[in-house]
Amino acid sequence: MSAPLLEVRDLHKHFEVGSPGLFGGQQEILRAVDGVSFELGRGETLGLVGESGCGKSTCARTLVGLYPPTSGQVLYEGEEISSLSHRDRAPFRRKIQMIFQDPYASLDPRQTVSSILTEPLRIHRLARPRQRRLRAMQLLDAVGLNPRHIHRFPHEFSGGQRQRIGIARALALEPDLIICDEPVSALDVSIQAQVVNLLGELQERFNLAYLFIAHDLAVVRHICDRVAVMYLGKVVEIAERDALFDDPRHPYTRALLSAVPHPDPRIERGRERIVLEGDVPSPLDPPTGCRFHPRCVERGKVTGDQCATVEPALGSRSACHLESDV
Amino acid sequence: MPILDVQNLRVRFETHHGVVRAVDGVSFSLEEGETLGLVGESGSGKSVTNLALMGLIPSPPGVVEADALRFEDRDLLALSDEELRGVRGNEISMIFQDPMTSLNPLLTVGRQLTEVLEVHERLSRREARKRAAAGLADVGIPEPERRLDQYPHELSGGMRQRVMIAMGLLCRPKILLADEPTTALDVTIQAQILELMQKLQREYGTAIILVTHDLGVVAGMSDRVNVMYAGRLAETAGAVELFDDPRHPYTRGLLGSVPRLSGDTDADLDSIKGSPPDLADLPAGCAFRPRCSFETERCAAEPPPLFDLGGGRSSACLERDALGQPEGGAR
Ligand SMILES: Nc1ncnc2c1ncn2[C@@H]1O[C@H](COP(=O)(O)OP(=O)(O)OP(=O)(O)O)[C@@H](O)[C@H]1O
Ligand SMILES: Nc1ncnc2c1ncn2[C@@H]1O[C@H](COP(=O)(O)OP(=O)(O)O)[C@@H](O)[C@H]1O
Ligand code: SF4
Ligand code: SF4
Ligand SMILES: [Mg+2]
Ligand SMILES: [Mg+2]
Repeated sequence: MSAPLLEVRDLHKHFEVGSPGLFGGQQEILRAVDGVSFELGRGETLGLVGESGCGKSTCARTLVGLYPPTSGQVLYEGEEISSLSHRDRAPFRRKIQMIFQDPYASLDPRQTVSSILTEPLRIHRLARPRQRRLRAMQLLDAVGLNPRHIHRFPHEFSGGQRQRIGIARALALEPDLIICDEPVSALDVSIQAQVVNLLGELQERFNLAYLFIAHDLAVVRHICDRVAVMYLGKVVEIAERDALFDDPRHPYTRALLSAVPHPDPRIERGRERIVLEGDVPSPLDPPTGCRFHPRCVERGKVTGDQCATVEPALGSRSACHLESDV
Repeated sequence: MPILDVQNLRVRFETHHGVVRAVDGVSFSLEEGETLGLVGESGSGKSVTNLALMGLIPSPPGVVEADALRFEDRDLLALSDEELRGVRGNEISMIFQDPMTSLNPLLTVGRQLTEVLEVHERLSRREARKRAAAGLADVGIPEPERRLDQYPHELSGGMRQRVMIAMGLLCRPKILLADEPTTALDVTIQAQILELMQKLQREYGTAIILVTHDLGVVAGMSDRVNVMYAGRLAETAGAVELFDDPRHPYTRGLLGSVPRLSGDTDADLDSIKGSPPDLADLPAGCAFRPRCSFETERCAAEPPPLFDLGGGRSSACLERDALGQPEGGAR
């Protein structure tokens, strides 16, 4: 069997926070990503969901090489890439692109669209200068923007159009994989729908794989083939989309899904919700045992105090002692 | 008698790009204890509507006008600044999307809460502190006494939002204007906050105007819904009726745009083509015209008024009858 497009093995990314020496402060370890593993096939979309601060963006940034991993491996078509030097990594950088949540912040306001879109080609010495312009115009067309607007600046476009420019830039180097970090979160629903549809269309056309980070679970259900749920730096459940949404196994996944409001008053009013107590604990000092145990409404079903003392491993599907008990 | 009656509210900003009519002739009323949802794209005038009700529009550049703004039996437009201060933050209070913009980072949580009580209810410091702690407990903040001595940055986002809600409810307002109160929060925390708002509403009979762009939140919380587009009301209806049978092409498009957690999740979403208009440069006639698939020649004449459809519904669409059958095709 051939290797998957992307494989992540036990990835860790810890940050040292606090200033040593100053005021006698102590260096603390923040475990932003703390043992994440998954695979992603060509043309496939894997969703990555979880509450704010659970490590989704850090995971993405480590994958693309913006952060060196603390430990663990990232394999691209079977080849380990996270330990490569900046230069040796170049061909892989082309193949893995990223788009961001904030279309305002991620585009340089002083660059024209033409320069934004030809820059990656220049850096990677692809195509001749004249062809680059042409390529930029094709890209604009592919994302549904008017190719004649190539000399405009980002501020001359609306938020949704700017996100399209970000997508065109990611497409410039003909990647296999695009990591989308909350690509539609900042957009109005009507515009969000346009961009979601566009991402689907481009995936089919270019056989793209997406790692799709979002906190809107309905968008994730719409766009993903499989979904991984993160909590405090770990994947607690990973499954095929319909299995995850129709039959969530991990108590956290269940709570997360039940918290999503349905855009239908009849459903929404009669519905029983699992309302979680409290906030997500700090990744500086994650709870012992199962990290979810202080908020878990199902821990009473597990015998003894396992939940507070023994960390459940991610089995075939979810990381919960209930999974192994039954 | 409604607790709030707004007739022909207009707010314009005189900027150097021209005049922006952020709210252009909005009328509605609010009954005691009800929740009115206010939805629409960003820039459609939701926040400005609420700020105008609170008397918080900066002037210049803002100019606020209305035929009537009645709160109970008082005319808000006729009140003196001092009388208005007595209403604002007391009988009508507002909570915002970003707690950091309305909480003072330099004051402890306790100080900010007690200040409100000392000003509006003339309580002594000690009484105020007791009420403040009770207010925090009401919104589900553990160890309220200790939290009173903390600063906003020492709290998590969800906790800050709860502090702000506590502050908004401290004087048991008759009307709470909640502007995207949960937009910045995770769904699990959002669920806590929404539940809390409903509980407090039941206890105190507060009427709520809930501004949000999340149609799921609107569905769960609102009795009635106002849909805004480009500074005007596009449609108003009971929540169930609006979601079942939208009578304005914009509402229809909005509902089609939302991805669902269940049902057919593979089909393309029905997006609305184009983007929201520039308020300083609106098209003639109906502002939704460039994005509307029902548009006819007569739509270009003038902005359509809000037509009464009976049953507490109205729609500002000339072709509203063509929308009758859901299969009529918004696309
Ligand atoms: N450069 C950094 N230095 C120190 N801590 C960091 C750094 N980047 C992220 N963190 C911390 O790592 C944790 C995970 O952050 P991350 O941005 O990955 O979360 P996220 O899941 O993307 O959240 P959101 O949904 O809010 O985007 C957080 O506690 C965050 O404060
Ligand atoms: N202080 C201000 N000066 C000029 N324009 C403003 C001001 N406040 C709001 N606006 C404009 O009024 C319009 C409506 O804004 P707002 O009510 O905030 O929209 P939303 O529906 O997203 O809450 C927007 O075009 C906005 O730019
Ligand atoms: S291991 Fe225990 S605490 Fe953790 S999710 Fe399962 S039941 Fe809950
Ligand atoms: S009035 Fe005309 S343009 Fe406006 S929403 Fe109705 S059909 Fe569309
Ligand atoms: Mg993030
Ligand atoms: Mg607003």
